[in-house]
Amino acid sequence: MGSVRLIARLDIKAPNLIKGIHLEGLRVVGDPSEHARRYYEAGADELLYMDIVASLYERNSLEDLVRRTANDIFIPMTVGGGVRSIKDVDTLLRAGADKIAINTAAVRRPELITEVARHFGSQCMVVSIEAKRRRGGVGWEAYTDNGREHTGLDVIEWARRAQDLGAGEVLLTSVDQEGTRKGFDVELCRAVSSAVGIPVIASGGMGTVEHAVEVATGSEVSAVAMAHVLHYGIVGFPEVRGALNAVGVRTRVP
Amino acid sequence: MSKVAVVDYGLGNLRSVAHGLEHCGGEVSLVSEAAAIRDAHRLVLPGVGAFENGMAGLRERGLVEALLDVAASGRPMMGICLGMQMLLDRSHEFGLFDGLGLIPGEVVPVPPVDAQGRPHRIPIIGWYELSPPDDGPAFAADGILAGCRPGRSCYFVHSFMARTIDPADVAAVIDYNGVAVPAAVQRGKVIGCQFHPEKSGPVGLDILRRFLAMEA
Repeated sequence: MGSVRLIARLDIKAPNLIKGIHLEGLRVVGDPSEHARRYYEAGADELLYMDIVASLYERNSLEDLVRRTANDIFIPMTVGGGVRSIKDVDTLLRAGADKIAINTAAVRRPELITEVARHFGSQCMVVSIEAKRRRGGVGWEAYTDNGREHTGLDVIEWARRAQDLGAGEVLLTSVDQEGTRKGFDVELCRAVSSAVGIPVIASGGMGTVEHAVEVATGSEVSAVAMAHVLHYGIVGFPEVRGALNAVGVRTRVP
Repeated sequence: MSKVAVVDYGLGNLRSVAHGLEHCGGEVSLVSEAAAIRDAHRLVLPGVGAFENGMAGLRERGLVEALLDVAASGRPMMGICLGMQMLLDRSHEFGLFDGLGLIPGEVVPVPPVDAQGRPHRIPIIGWYELSPPDDGPAFAADGILAGCRPGRSCYFVHSFMARTIDPADVAAVIDYNGVAVPAAVQRGKVIGCQFHPEKSGPVGLDILRRFLAMEA
C-alpha cells in the first residue's frame, strides 16, 4: 500500500469558508485563506477547495483565492466546483491549482474527462463523485449539485468509466456521511478503491482520529479528506499521522 | 538575492515554481528565448505533462542548444518532474523520444507491480521519503541533498521514472511498495527532481534554497 495523504477540504461559498451537513445546511466558518494557511503550517499534505455553489451559477469563483493561496502555500492544491470546460481548467491551473475536480460537467459530457487529461495530463484530472446509498442499501448512485440531483449512474461503474476516460484520481464524497462526523462510508470507499487502479480520496464524515484509521485500514483509499475536525480544531494532523502509523499505514514524514 | 531563470516553454504552471524560488530568496525571471537562457546564472526547467510535448516545446523555441550550453558551462540547472525526465537521453512515454542527453539513461514506466509482483497504483501520487540510493546513512556531501536528513517526504506525481546508466547519477530514491524509484538525479551541477520541491512544504523549500546557494 502507498502512503496515505491527509487533505484539508475547504468548501467555499464565496467569500466564506463554510461547512454543511450532507452538503447542505451551510454555516460560515471563516476566511478561507486564513484557514488554508493555518492548515498548511499545521502539516496538511494537500488542500482541496470546492466552490459548492458554483454549479448553480455555472461558474467557479475561486480563481482569486487560488492565486492568493499559491503565493505562500507550498503543497498541492486541488480545486473544484462549476468547472465546465478546458478553458475553466486552464484558468484555474494558471492561477496555481495543481489538480481540477469535475463532477456535473463530466456527468453531462464524459468526454470532457478525456479532453482535460489529453490537454493537461491525467494527473490533474480528478473526477469528483458524490455518492448516495441506494434505498434498500444495495450499491450507490452518483449525484450532482451537492447531492441534490440524480444522475442514474452507479458509482462503481462511473468511477471505472471515468478512469478509462483518463481521470487520474477519484474524489469520493459520501453524501450520507458528509457533515455527520459519524465516520466515512468505509464500504463505499472499499468498493470504489478496489474497483479502480487510480488513487481514491475518501471524503465525508470524519469526526475522530479513529474514523481515519477505519477508512485507511478498511479500504484501499490513498487519501483522507478532513473538514469539520479541522475547522473546529477537534483533530490535528500529527495526531492522525500517529494513529495511522501505529496501525502500519504509511504517511508523509514532514 | 540569487538570480534564477525559470524556462517558460509553454508547458505547465510556472507560478508555483516561481513563487517557491522567490520565497527562498531567489530573484526569478521567466525566460523563453535562447539568448536569455544563455545569460542565466542558474536555470530551472519545470514541466508537467507528456515528454514528447515538453521536448517539442523546447525545440520549437530553439532552446535545446542554449540549455546544453548552460549545462556545459557548469552553471547550476535543475529540472523538475518532466523537466528532470528531459535531462535524460530518451523517454519511452507514448513512443520513443530523444531528450537533452545531459544525464545518460532513459525514462521508463514505473514498474506496474510491487516487490511481490502484485499490481499497485500508478501514477504514484503522494508523499514519499527520500533515501540515499545505496541505503547509506546520509546523502552525498557534494550533492543537492547534502545536509538533508534522510527519511523526510516530498510530493510526487508521476508514472514514468529515470533509469540512469551510471548508478552514481542517482542522488535519492523512494521506496514505492518495495520498488526503488529514483527521486533525484545529479551529474555535476545538472540536477533533476522527480518530486515537486515547490509543493513539498518546508522540506522542498530547503532543497530549493540549497540549489539557489550552489555556486554559479
